[in-house]
Amino acid sequence: MNRFEYQQAKLAEDEQFVSKDKAIKLYDGDEKTAYEDGEVVLTTHRLFWGRPGEIARGSTTLCLQLQYIVGLDEEVASSFVFGKKKRLILNLRPLLPGKLPGPMENSTAHFVKLSGRHGLDPAFMQAIRGTLEARIWLIPGDASGSNASPSRENAPRIQLRTGIGGIERAIEAKQKATDDSIAIAFQDLKALMAMAQDMVSISKSISSKIRERKGEISEDETVQFKSYLMSMGIDDPVTRESFTSNTEYFKSLARQICEMILDPMEEAGGMMSLADVYCRVNRARGLELLSPEDLLNACKFLDGPIKLRTFPSGAMVLQLESQDEEIIAKEVGEKVEEAKSLSVEDLAKILGISILLSKEHLLAAERLGIVCRDESIEGLRFYPNLFLR
Amino acid sequence: MRRRAGLGAIQQQQLETQKYKDKGSLIEDSQFVQMTKHMEIFREKLEEFAVKHKQDIRKNAQFRRQFQEMCAAIGVDPLASGKGFWSVLGMGDFYYELGVQVVEVCLASNPSTGGIMELSELRRKLIAARGQKSIHQEITEDDILIAAKKLKIFGNGFVVYPVGKGKYMVQSIPGELSREESSILGVASNQEQGSVTVDLLMKQLGWTEFRTQQAIDKIVGEGLAWVDCPDSNSAPTYWFPSLFPGRKDT
Repeated sequence: MNRFEYQQAKLAEDEQFVSKDKAIKLYDGDEKTAYEDGEVVLTTHRLFWGRPGEIARGSTTLCLQLQYIVGLDEEVASSFVFGKKKRLILNLRPLLPGKLPGPMENSTAHFVKLSGRHGLDPAFMQAIRGTLEARIWLIPGDASGSNASPSRENAPRIQLRTGIGGIERAIEAKQKATDDSIAIAFQDLKALMAMAQDMVSISKSISSKIRERKGEISEDETVQFKSYLMSMGIDDPVTRESFTSNTEYFKSLARQICEMILDPMEEAGGMMSLADVYCRVNRARGLELLSPEDLLNACKFLDGPIKLRTFPSGAMVLQLESQDEEIIAKEVGEKVEEAKSLSVEDLAKILGISILLSKEHLLAAERLGIVCRDESIEGLRFYPNLFLR
Repeated sequence: MRRRAGLGAIQQQQLETQKYKDKGSLIEDSQFVQMTKHMEIFREKLEEFAVKHKQDIRKNAQFRRQFQEMCAAIGVDPLASGKGFWSVLGMGDFYYELGVQVVEVCLASNPSTGGIMELSELRRKLIAARGQKSIHQEITEDDILIAAKKLKIFGNGFVVYPVGKGKYMVQSIPGELSREESSILGVASNQEQGSVTVDLLMKQLGWTEFRTQQAIDKIVGEGLAWVDCPDSNSAPTYWFPSLFPGRKDT
């Protein structure tokens, strides 16, 4: 910002008006300044900034010699009120001797930004780009600068912002923009609500970048699991308030639970303890917590691919229809037939289930007359039931 | 400028490539640092908002969903009710929330614990995953016990039982769904003589002594194994009648 000088807004002899834009704010580096809501006028040699009307009256205004500009960048700023808008970054070269006094004598920033209330006029951006490329101020006989300096001949050509420097700069600018929008969004709840969609995508891109690099967002296995469970969000959780009768409430709740839990159930082998279901359902519901009682009541209404089952031990599980006693008993009968005889642990191994469950299955098959037992000193074995054939 | 040829040029080229590579990983590194920083800010802010604005977030369906998505991406727990006056009376969401978190910790660590965990260990993991704010650190073992009690209506699928000296064990997998005994049978069936010891199981399965003893006791309780204590100095051996040598052939 210290490259700006106070100058009268009057065209010099060879100087020509190029373009203008209004409602423009100046940034010193990344810092906002008090120079906002002004007009900018671009000439072939200079860039003026003045309060509305000042330039037209020819008053003394802020002025930047175009020779200071070594490159242009754009940055996209998200604001919760106006959405996305572009800012123009002017990268500046070091101070030249003989500069006139200006609004700011000391500045560490090597760039300034122009920001419009509704972004910048694309025509203006185009104009400034073209003007910088033309470099008319270098043409001899140029009368624009009262500060004509000997070093002007050495003025570096405008660099296109490419190469590693450009990449770095772009990354930096992007990060800075993210920084800013996070800071704005989390000022208060209203701001966050307004910017929620942006923040959702930022949060997702952060976590995917970190996953890319580290594999997981956290070393804590619980946090990983939590993140996974919550990502299966239920869009529209059934709540008690929207029902007049308990039965209706539990029925719709049961439907929603069934929908949500079907896939995890299949992954888990067709059976899941109610505590497990309680955790998963509530994580998917987010802040609309279900009480254990409501969950249990809803599960009693389950009819369809998933059913509630209580084991003799008292443990309650949800199980897929395919785990139904009769269906399983038949399957167990076939296994016993194949192997001639099976013990509880044999069946557990064959089906990859727990010993208790294996015993349950065999006892159920026995009850249905499919297998019969042989209790000996070597333990309990089950044989095909030939008595009933 | 003319391109240089020869060894020097090649070396020069290699040097440049190396430099580009270095620069590239440098940029990547700094980007990663930046991302981590952003993630920290997100985590901190989301935690703060979850505590401060819970009711407001709940009211707006669309935003609630978005909030959940952010929490899921960053791994922040949106459930952060304080204990408060009502929860002392067993009302309010606090203990329900805690119940969800308790089960979650158990589920997440099942692969390594087999569904049995000491209460103090559970509390440590729970606090770590809940968040950094002090409100999350104030969860006591008693709170967890109360939360677990609320899960009792699910039958004995989730049980806390005392093991003496104020210590508790939490069992989060009902016996019907536990694969612990099956793992032991798997090891046993690979032994020539059909017997195992706790030491052998620990070594083969990489389990703790507690986990192993629990599982083998259950097997004995089910009548699937016999215990043999040759003398008071050596550890008991567990024999599986169904695996006795020659059993298969008969």
